[in-house]
Amino acid sequence: MVLVHKCCILFFVFFKVGIFSFGGGYAMLPMIYHEISVFGLMSQREFSDLVALSQMTPGPIGVNAAAYVGFRYAGIPGAVTASAGVTVPSFLLIALVIASLAKFKSHPAVNYIIGGIRPATAGMMAAAVVFIARGSILPEKISLYDFFHNPLQSIHPGSAAIFVIVLIGLKKWKTGAGIFSIHPILLTILAGILGILIL
Amino acid sequence: MIFMRYDSHRSSLIAIFLAFLRTGCFTFSGGLAMLPLIHREAVEKNRWLNEDELVDIISVSQSLPGVIALNVSVFIGYRVRGKAGAAAAVLGMTIPAVISIILIITTLFSLRGNVVVEKIFSGIVAGSCALILSAAYKVGKTAVIDIPSAVIAIVSFAGIICFGVHAAWAIVMGAAVGTVIYLVSRYTPPNIRNFKR
Repeated sequence: MVLVHKCCILFFVFFKVGIFSFGGGYAMLPMIYHEISVFGLMSQREFSDLVALSQMTPGPIGVNAAAYVGFRYAGIPGAVTASAGVTVPSFLLIALVIASLAKFKSHPAVNYIIGGIRPATAGMMAAAVVFIARGSILPEKISLYDFFHNPLQSIHPGSAAIFVIVLIGLKKWKTGAGIFSIHPILLTILAGILGILIL
Repeated sequence: MIFMRYDSHRSSLIAIFLAFLRTGCFTFSGGLAMLPLIHREAVEKNRWLNEDELVDIISVSQSLPGVIALNVSVFIGYRVRGKAGAAAAVLGMTIPAVISIILIITTLFSLRGNVVVEKIFSGIVAGSCALILSAAYKVGKTAVIDIPSAVIAIVSFAGIICFGVHAAWAIVMGAAVGTVIYLVSRYTPPNIRNFKR
């Protein structure tokens, strides 16, 4: 496929992702996963790598993910196009908001709509966990039904141990405001080290 | 209007770019992690905003779609130097991410056959599950506060996992339910119980 064609696909895909991602980079993951499958941008295995890498690299997850997919699919032009795709919605939306600021903030319906979107975001993020867990903690292609029938047999013990350790580590060091500071990075490094030791 | 007023001493575009470059280099994993960094750059060092304005910008950015960190960058950049400022801010924010991803992919991935590298990656993926689960829980704690929101969350999750529904539909559904509840609360007579939000 021609490079320009690839870059157009990337821009289009990540523009969509940018428009629909409410509530942070993690919520983008199910959508990126879906788009990857639809357009055949990369394999499911590489998607897990994307998640692992986004933890380690600086910058917002959305941009990391876009640059990753873009680079794997179409080299440096792909990375730039995909990142641009994810960035442009921000410009447009904020221009829109600035133009209609008073109406946006004070209309009572806005709170209700946001109140509806936020739980959807939580559901999406939980779905992202399942996507990534498949192939890591859980066997690939497992369905929830199989999982609930044989929970103990399905779980990969080493990965599950790392999962639990990181989960506990997070809870212990979480700040009052619940904002992730540098600690997730230490935990990520720890997870990598544990990977060598346990897996 | 906080979004229309420009800074009184015109900061250069380079200054904006560098401020956001610094922020972009040190924001790891998640848009809200940029909060203390952007506070230091925008409020303390450059005095482009005060505390309240930053809080305002962040809450609006969170309600909008798109990468939160980028939304905040556009707002602040626009406020300081208009469209050019917004562009400078966004460039500063995204360039570290793009460059580091390209570097990591080219260097690290050439080692992919290596068993040790595989183990590191597998460990990190397992750890990421925990991180994202924790983030989902944090969002869920404040977002799922009544039955309709619980239903939205569960249906979104089930739809994406069990039925392969595109995630964007979850957003649309959530917005639609919110709208419906708003309309119901507005147009029912006061003696029927309103859904509180």
